[in-house]
Amino acid sequence: MRLASALCALVLFSSACSDSQSDKSTGVRHVVYWEKWTDFEGEAMGRVVDAFNAKEREHARAEPSYRPIEVEMVTISAIEQKLLIASAGGNPPDLAGIYSFMMPSYADKGALTDLTERAKRDGVERSQYVGRYYDLAVHRDRLWGLPSTPASVALHWNKRLFREAGLDPEKPPATLEQLDEMAEKLTRWEVTLASGEKQIKVGYLPDVPASQKRLLQVGFLPMEPAWWSYGWGFVFGGKLIDGDKITAASPENIQAYEWLASYSKKLGVDSVQRFRSGFGAFASAQNPFLSGQLAMEIQGVWMYNFIKKFADGMLWGAAPFPAPAAHPERRGTANAEVDQLIIPTGSQHPDEAWTFIKYTQRQDVMEELCLGQRKHTPLANVSEAFYAKHPNPYIRLFREMGASPNAWSSPKTGVWNEYGRELTTAADKIANLNISPQEALTQVQTRVQISYDRDRSMILRRQR
Amino acid sequence: MSPLERRKLFTGLAFSSPWVIGLSVFLLYPLLAALYYSLCDYSVLLPPVFVGLDNYIELFQDKLFWKSLWNTTFFALGSVGLGTFMALTLAILLNSKVKGLTFYRTAFFLPSLMPLVAGSLLWFCMYAGQGGIINTLLAKIGITGPSWLSDPHWAKIAIIFMAVWGAGNSMVIFLAGLQDVPVSLYEASIIDGANWLQRLRNVTIPMISPVIYFNVIMGIIGGFQAFAQSLIMFGPTTAGYPEQSTLFYVLQLYNVGFMDLRMGYASAMAWVLFLIILGLTFAATRLSKRWVTYDR
Repeated sequence: MRLASALCALVLFSSACSDSQSDKSTGVRHVVYWEKWTDFEGEAMGRVVDAFNAKEREHARAEPSYRPIEVEMVTISAIEQKLLIASAGGNPPDLAGIYSFMMPSYADKGALTDLTERAKRDGVERSQYVGRYYDLAVHRDRLWGLPSTPASVALHWNKRLFREAGLDPEKPPATLEQLDEMAEKLTRWEVTLASGEKQIKVGYLPDVPASQKRLLQVGFLPMEPAWWSYGWGFVFGGKLIDGDKITAASPENIQAYEWLASYSKKLGVDSVQRFRSGFGAFASAQNPFLSGQLAMEIQGVWMYNFIKKFADGMLWGAAPFPAPAAHPERRGTANAEVDQLIIPTGSQHPDEAWTFIKYTQRQDVMEELCLGQRKHTPLANVSEAFYAKHPNPYIRLFREMGASPNAWSSPKTGVWNEYGRELTTAADKIANLNISPQEALTQVQTRVQISYDRDRSMILRRQR
Repeated sequence: MSPLERRKLFTGLAFSSPWVIGLSVFLLYPLLAALYYSLCDYSVLLPPVFVGLDNYIELFQDKLFWKSLWNTTFFALGSVGLGTFMALTLAILLNSKVKGLTFYRTAFFLPSLMPLVAGSLLWFCMYAGQGGIINTLLAKIGITGPSWLSDPHWAKIAIIFMAVWGAGNSMVIFLAGLQDVPVSLYEASIIDGANWLQRLRNVTIPMISPVIYFNVIMGIIGGFQAFAQSLIMFGPTTAGYPEQSTLFYVLQLYNVGFMDLRMGYASAMAWVLFLIILGLTFAATRLSKRWVTYDR
């Protein structure tokens, strides 16, 4: 009995170690696909996988010598870390869905299969895509993946709060100056008078001491959410990186963070801290935008889903983020990224994985996927039916935002994680008025430049 | 070696092999591998390149290393100090004979069963600067509470309070220690005319000093490994918020190793942490000789 169970364990162990052994006997080519999405986004991708597998089985029925591909999708959380460990251990999945900002670091370290030749052979071209989304998969002139679903962001505003403040609810700010003006009109306080009586007052109230006022509603806060607080420089014409130079402390970036600090000066650091610490989690009804505490904020194409879930019936709008009046051409400056399908180095079935990737790039398949994930499509051609069926009323806008020359994406460098983190911390300190933008950004620039140079020498060493 | 002795040796080795293999595969090997990687430029995806002591030299010049070390030390000392005091006080109270004792014991132990994630989210709501239950209660007694989690001066303290709340585990260990104190000693001290405080100082504390010692060591080790609280409360993108005041050592290590793919540097950080904990444990052991009583 003991011997039998030991043998069982051994058999189980060895079968777990050699997953491709069974393929030869059944004639099926297994492709293991790691995907980061769960929930409805994951289900949408699951339907694409099912349709692909069904098509393959159909092919095998019609042509008995054909060995069908079967994609097995596994949902993986924290894919950044798990893909890393699996790749380092020499046992990566055959195919993976990653975020565009992960790609450069992985590609630089030889962890991705170069898809340039395959794409050329099969007629996959940049012109078939919204340029930005294709370019995000290109690094050092090679193609490392293909887009799945993209995401872009825009200014969201609460129409009810606009009306209550006496503003036209259908008219979002057209310039940055207008945004600042509207934000003031949309800011409301509860002021405690000397008599103990409480009054609601509108505006910034610099003369009322912080102990006598409490924020009820704010028009706009550059640090809410803090997700893109590294990107404010773009609105002012700044860049994060220029060639091999980290340009965090460029005059444009400093100007941007001075603008960010102006909100803390107008509202008072203490009041803002107190107000923000009352906000609930993003995915909850206590999200400040959903609860009506914040009238305007930058949010992505996904925000529609959260409005539907937590604040159904809310009157809202989305518009391009405004630009400074002197530079109207910068209207719609906003972050755009894309999910990518990649083939890790060491994939057991790179050709089969590529067949699946190519399948997802068909217009009908991609539209089905993006509709399921409630995003826009990264492809150049979009059917009218896609827009007609799409639940997000602003889906065309998000598509335009991603296609706009003003859209920006995370710089393609292996040190982006550190750079982004440093900038977010700097923004946090600047917003608390603990440090001047000039000083904070110079510190970031010095620190990240060192990391960048180190990373670069590693790449050069590898190329040699 | 006689055949019998040899057989006994093999039997002995076979019986201890699970431990020996476990230790060497899951502890010794990773420890030594990390030591080697700490001397390398190692991005995980590429083979390690030996760079000597570069990582360590850079580490000691890295302001984030010092910042995270300070945050962690503050947290470890705060949570161990306050936690031990609270757990001991509760244990002493719960060691008295009052009605409904089992209920109180369960009630004070319960928080330590709360998963860290759920507990963190709960505290997140309670700490809200405006409308949070803590500040609402403070306001009732005329105190304007701080913005606990968004004020860099208060965020660490807030996380310490949260850790103390889950001190149920050490409380139970203290309680077990307290019940082990021979009643005869108390009786003798009462006959000698010792009051409650004197009994506490001269009988209880010395008798449970090994337990205090154990709890302090475990607390320090746990405190230096603080990680999840900050990550859960502030999210992965702004972990360490506000202004890196909750950027704990292990969180920084994780950022460097798994986000920036600098595993060599992270390994160096891990080794420095290992040496710090080893040093503290050693120091505590040396100190303990003076005040920990083992004889009964």
